[in-house]
Amino acid sequence: MALLERKDGGASLIEDPFTRVDDDEALPAGPVIVSLPRFQAERDALLARDEALGVWLDSDESPTAIEDDLGRLAVVACNFPAFNDGRAFSYARILRERFAYAGEVRAIGEVMLEQAPFMVRSGFSTFELRDVADVSDFKAVVEEVRTVYQPTGDGRETALQRRLGR
Amino acid sequence: MYRYDEFDHALVQDRVTQFRRQVERRMKGEISEEQFRPLRLMNGLYLQLHAYMLRVAIPYGTLDSRQMRKLAYIARRYDKGYGHFTTRQNIQYNWPKLEETPDILAELAEVEMHAIQTSGNCIRNVTSDQYAGAAQGEIEDPRIWCEIARQWSTLHPEFSFLPRKFKIAITGCERDRAAVKVHDIGMIMKHDEAGEVGFEVLVGGGLGRTPFVGKTIRDFLPKEHFLSYMEAILRVYNQLGRRDNKYKARIKVTLHETGQEEFTRLVEEEWETIKDSTLKLPKEEVDRIAAHFEPPEWKALPDDAPTCDARAASDPEFAAWLRHNVEPHKAAGYAIVNISVKPPGEPPGDVTDVQMEAMADMADAYSFSELRVTHVQNVTLPHVEKERLPALFDDLAKHGLATANVGLVSDIICCPGLDYCALANARSIPVAQELTKRYTLERQQEIGEMQIKISGCINACGHHHVGNIGILGVDRKGEEHYQVQLGGSAKEDASLGKIIGRGFTQEEVVEVVDTLLDTYLELREGDEVFIDTFRRVGIKPFKERVYGAA
Repeated sequence: MALLERKDGGASLIEDPFTRVDDDEALPAGPVIVSLPRFQAERDALLARDEALGVWLDSDESPTAIEDDLGRLAVVACNFPAFNDGRAFSYARILRERFAYAGEVRAIGEVMLEQAPFMVRSGFSTFELRDVADVSDFKAVVEEVRTVYQPTGDGRETALQRRLGR
Repeated sequence: MYRYDEFDHALVQDRVTQFRRQVERRMKGEISEEQFRPLRLMNGLYLQLHAYMLRVAIPYGTLDSRQMRKLAYIARRYDKGYGHFTTRQNIQYNWPKLEETPDILAELAEVEMHAIQTSGNCIRNVTSDQYAGAAQGEIEDPRIWCEIARQWSTLHPEFSFLPRKFKIAITGCERDRAAVKVHDIGMIMKHDEAGEVGFEVLVGGGLGRTPFVGKTIRDFLPKEHFLSYMEAILRVYNQLGRRDNKYKARIKVTLHETGQEEFTRLVEEEWETIKDSTLKLPKEEVDRIAAHFEPPEWKALPDDAPTCDARAASDPEFAAWLRHNVEPHKAAGYAIVNISVKPPGEPPGDVTDVQMEAMADMADAYSFSELRVTHVQNVTLPHVEKERLPALFDDLAKHGLATANVGLVSDIICCPGLDYCALANARSIPVAQELTKRYTLERQQEIGEMQIKISGCINACGHHHVGNIGILGVDRKGEEHYQVQLGGSAKEDASLGKIIGRGFTQEEVVEVVDTLLDTYLELREGDEVFIDTFRRVGIKPFKERVYGAA
């Protein structure tokens, strides 16, 4: 599976330094991403490890559950169990805009290339794409529509800002 | 009306390019129908019983003559010479070819139109009062706010994969012509005690399998918070709305299951965190958009109209049209004209390319080039000089567009039904055709104000729940059957109809409507309209007449 990182307007394929660990699996060495139930059950031990830590949220798990620990999490991954389950778009915006979370927000699960523009705008920074998309495809799709109307945490200049700035 | 600037233009043009790429990938087989489906739906392209269907947005029902001509051209060049106006102020083309749909979108983009978000689980075309900007008693032109909502909702990154579709209607009048109470969000402009203008906010109205009248969750929302409040509602819904069962996924069910009080609390709590964000509307931008909706340059005219009166006195057909299809205007000497596209025996809402062009010409000649599409599937010319009504009537008659039946029994709302739709259980158009042929004008006038609404399945695109008489097509052991409901209203006094009893065959249902109308005429007191008689006497006398006393 390809991990795409959005950076400085472009995108690149990167090595994933994290291992996603099942709930009944022993923790390997190095950075891991665990489920929310596991994080809640083993919170202190997980935070005591001297490794970068991530939590993945299923689509019915709000980031408010990890609000107090966000400062110690390197990654929050949001799962799309199906492409049309759009709850994680709200979670990403809440993470970025309400909680000012500056770490990695990763899209996992049924992540469609055509949804990437919405994901980027909502605050996702990395993408586990099902189809290994060409990096240039990703960049082209994300920037295909030049105008955006909604102010979101991605900081992209909206039509309104451009109108006021004319 | 609103004119695109370079940013709006860029968006629709880029969307065409994007869709062309997606269609090419589909034609080459690079993506499957399953993968293509969500992409085409985001551009209003459905796969129906016999063909693709393209639904084009007419934002808040407003269009100019140039746009109407383009719709006519598309009907002729890419379809079979007609289009169908829908209850959501859209137009549907029933026979486009897949490979030509990007070209159709490119044609639309030329005249500042698109098919974005006319389907899919996203915020749909925002609808409004067809008399906006012309209606008496209007607080403010609601289209200003519809346009602000249109831009905000277009390709909204957070709300393009909602639990289910989402419909917003906004009106600037107390008189509700936009059915705002049966929308996911309904906004009604009002004054607060200090005289400030804002909105009453309703949530959770809707038809379909589980009909609800919307609930007021905020009595007064100041205008500057228009977008942040909607964003808060949508954010709560996006997280809370059910995704396990598509029949329980609309916000009306979320509100019902969460409870109005708790739902409202969640919205208000969310809103507190975003109300002073960049969503707060700067006056400069509201003014920019409002400037597009400045009234046309009406002449200073006397309000009396001797030419029109003289014609009415001598020509009963004109007089009937004047009485039923023409409404008062806010400017002296002007009138609002409704063009019925429901002549006897024709499918409600269907309009030919030639008729569309004729209406465009008449908009140029009589109505400052402006037209509106109404949620009852008619077309409105909003600004016509009263003294020119006779001439307009004659022009309309030449094109079969002068049927005098607006608001009467033959002014039926009807979905496409099993003649076109993949979801339908029964045909609805033939029932409408039978009913529209059945009543003389005299009989219709005797019956008075009446809304018959027909849906070919439980999804209720024909709004049968809010018809004074509602007819629902069902499939009973492979046969088309029709259930009848009574007492619905889509106006400011919105109510849901009640089923009278077991269903009927197509031949029977038309007879049953007769019986119901006879019963009303016998029971009515004074000049009571049907819905008032029904509310006074209840369902029982109607039931007894149809099924016999129990």
